[in-house]
Amino acid sequence: MENFQYILPEIFISIAIMLFLLVGVFKKNSSILIYNLSTISLVILLALIINLSSLNKIYLFNSSYQIDNLSNYMKIILVGSGVFVMLTGSKYIQVINLNKIEYPILILSSILGMMIMISSNDLIVFYMGLELQSLALYVLASFNRDNLLSTESGLKYFVLSALSSGLLLYGCSLIYGFSESTNFDQILINSTVFNYGKTFGIVFILVGLAFKISAVPFHMWAPDVYQGSPTSVTLFFAILPKIAALSVFIKFLYTPFANMNDQWQTIIVFISIASMIFGAVAAIGQKNLKRLIAYSSISHMGYALAGLATVSNQGIQSSITYISIYLVMNLAFFSCLFMLKRNDNYYENIEDLSGLSKKHPILSFSFLIVLFSLAGIPPLAGFFAKFYIFLAVIEQSMYFLAIVGLLATVVAAFYYLRIIKIIYFDQEKDGYETSHNLGLKITLAISTIFILAYFIYPSGITEIVSKITMI
Amino acid sequence: MNFPILSSLILLPTIGALFILFTKSSSGKYQSSKYVALFISLVNFLLSLYLWYVFDKNSIDFQFVENREWLSGFINYKVGIDGISILFIILTTFITPICIISVNATIKNRLKDFLIAILIMETFMIGVFCSLDLIVFYLFFEAGLIPMFLIIGIWGGDRRVYSAFKFFLYTLLGSVLMLVAIISIYWITGTTDVERLYELGIQTDYQNLLWLAFFSSFAVKTPMWPVHTWLPDAHVEAPTVGSVLLAAILLKMAGYGFIRFSIGLFPIASENFTMLVYILSLIAIIYTSLVALMQEDMKKLIAYSSVAHMGFVTLGIFTMTQQGIEGSIFQMISHGLVSAALFLSVGVVYERHHTRLINKYGGLVSIMPRYAIVFMVFTLGALGLPGTTGFVGEFLILMGAFEKNILVAMIASLGVILGAAYMLWLFKRVIFGEITNQQLKSMKDLKTFEIITLSALVIPILFFGFYPEPLMNSIEASVENTLNMYNFDLINNLASKD
Repeated sequence: MENFQYILPEIFISIAIMLFLLVGVFKKNSSILIYNLSTISLVILLALIINLSSLNKIYLFNSSYQIDNLSNYMKIILVGSGVFVMLTGSKYIQVINLNKIEYPILILSSILGMMIMISSNDLIVFYMGLELQSLALYVLASFNRDNLLSTESGLKYFVLSALSSGLLLYGCSLIYGFSESTNFDQILINSTVFNYGKTFGIVFILVGLAFKISAVPFHMWAPDVYQGSPTSVTLFFAILPKIAALSVFIKFLYTPFANMNDQWQTIIVFISIASMIFGAVAAIGQKNLKRLIAYSSISHMGYALAGLATVSNQGIQSSITYISIYLVMNLAFFSCLFMLKRNDNYYENIEDLSGLSKKHPILSFSFLIVLFSLAGIPPLAGFFAKFYIFLAVIEQSMYFLAIVGLLATVVAAFYYLRIIKIIYFDQEKDGYETSHNLGLKITLAISTIFILAYFIYPSGITEIVSKITMI
Repeated sequence: MNFPILSSLILLPTIGALFILFTKSSSGKYQSSKYVALFISLVNFLLSLYLWYVFDKNSIDFQFVENREWLSGFINYKVGIDGISILFIILTTFITPICIISVNATIKNRLKDFLIAILIMETFMIGVFCSLDLIVFYLFFEAGLIPMFLIIGIWGGDRRVYSAFKFFLYTLLGSVLMLVAIISIYWITGTTDVERLYELGIQTDYQNLLWLAFFSSFAVKTPMWPVHTWLPDAHVEAPTVGSVLLAAILLKMAGYGFIRFSIGLFPIASENFTMLVYILSLIAIIYTSLVALMQEDMKKLIAYSSVAHMGFVTLGIFTMTQQGIEGSIFQMISHGLVSAALFLSVGVVYERHHTRLINKYGGLVSIMPRYAIVFMVFTLGALGLPGTTGFVGEFLILMGAFEKNILVAMIASLGVILGAAYMLWLFKRVIFGEITNQQLKSMKDLKTFEIITLSALVIPILFFGFYPEPLMNSIEASVENTLNMYNFDLINNLASKD
């Protein structure tokens, strides 16, 4: 029991989930109460994790659970963005009548699952965490059950995700069979000799993970799910599962499979290039902003994976920096989306932004900053994210990857510019409501200022991230 | 010298922009924000003049250097100037207040936003000319796209969306390759500090590819044939002030980049690719001059003439002679003044008559005599008449070219004749002749603020045309130093081959 303190955050959030369920069952009309309590418990959770973050590497439960710099940092940004997701969405789910007690509880359980994924050091623990987060996500995707698109997206996500989980599980069993252990460190020790069984195992596991992170060619679910789900859930989808999946990617590639980088490096390079190009090209024709951001996130994941493909600490750190900046940009983008509200209706088509700048200069300015940052134009934060990635990629002399990636940013710049054009150059339409909840405003302000002022002190994130070393 | 004078130059316009953002001005008028912008830009101009005054013209080192830790210790925010950059900084700070004064003639709506865009733009432009670190340079170089995109897109003409996109994507495409090259330089040499790189030098094997990557960016920005096509579109659609900024300063970033980076960092590759630059420059000079002859739109004509003039600049830089490079710098300053003046002059008649088609005008000399006089000065400046700045630049460039390659120089000289042809023909069709269009008769001569801005441009064009010494003085030592380093590297390279 002396290690109890190290897993306190997970225990705290589990108890909170069960407690809130009980409250929900026994107290009528408690949905708002539970929503607020969940937000508060996430803040406490964040504090608990930060409290642990000064520790060194710690193994728990027969070394199937690991707490180190990587897991701590990832958990901090995971729970931190969880808090902001709750803050921004609070008004939205009330307006579209989704404020049921299950909603915050599902989000909390999904976050718990992700935390277990991030810390897992064992195939079985990892799979448990993965399924916990996935099950919650299936329900969340179809949470707006009276809406045809939402139901469709939930079902689609369930079917495809179950398939990928199956592949992943098969990969896990192959790995177990050929390396005689489920423990990551043990697999690394046992995998000094090359054999095809393990290679197959790696491929299956990578396929499953690529699905979770929505990288090409396993991205098919993303646009539909993003569009169909309620916007607050889309925001959740766009950030949190990606953080968890990227963290697991790093963990898998650099712990159990570290000796086999000649096997997986080409796969990651391919997935990365395909995602960058496909995400950039496919987004051009989109009319729905949520769908567009789905394609945009596909291409962003391509960049994050490019960092991992380098097999260097620099690369891993650049990927983590990338995802940190990516999540802020997405928070800002979705906060802007939540502000497009008129008469209890939320608008999400690109055309609805037409001429926004005349009536809503501040909102348009935020959009402008976010979109240029997503496109990676200096001096905004998005540029530094890409800069670190290419710094790492070119260090390993992977010029092809770097040039393709940078050319893809030019293509991607086109569709971001198109939105800016519609906001700033086109004829104005009806205005939107200007009163929003405080959480939304604060989130938008913080994230926009972060993006805008990142260049003043760019070493902040880098210094924290540079403690994470895997090799 | 502890006061960070360069950083203040860079930051002051942005602070002004923030100030304007928070000023409440009565709707429609925006007078107060205009005065704030004008005040800030004039202060910046005076500051840069002071900088020129205290600047040591005989020193070959970078002066007023500021070096601050910035990107987790491995890349520093480093700015500093030498004789080459100071002229471009003064050009920038000189053109910006002129733009701000002429703003209310052309910009009808959202004046406040426009002023903010111009001031932010000034920050980035000064930043480009001061930065002594490749990453910092790239940052400023690229960031300038954002305000310019908005200036063309929001306040432009009918096809503004197309032009804005073309401008943005062309420039971005060129620049991303430069980013790859900059990062490669970092990994090859371990630094992106320009001064350190001058000392260390870059290995010969890498130079050609790196040079091409930088070239792709600068060639688009210059613009050189065949990637010049964004320029006429951008110029025609941009509002007058946007065209002025674009022609006077943005194009100079690339010329400056050629001297500072292409020649300074990759001397051997520059030598290898000299012929390529010559050919592209000659095509630009001859071909775009011919195209300019056939234009019916005044702004398009001037835009094509810009391409031809910048062809002279690139030609002059790659002659690698003292005269050639000095001439190029002089030509860039001259073109900055003259093209700004020409675009403003077109703006004057466009604002009154709402067309830029040449054949709608004619006989303006009898309606607007004052306008005819200043327009004549600018025309003569553009065609390079002795006594104007245009002459000094072209003359020096051709001198440098004759020294290196007589054929190239002879073809380039043809460009001078063609330049005279299209400029004089433009002048003749607009200013002289019968008044065919009766509506023209209602046009008024120059207003006070137009007289102020245009004569502010006439004075330096004539003054430095007759007496180029002050400008030459400050660039001489730096150019000599650049060339010495260049020749030194070449000789070393030859020696190592033997």
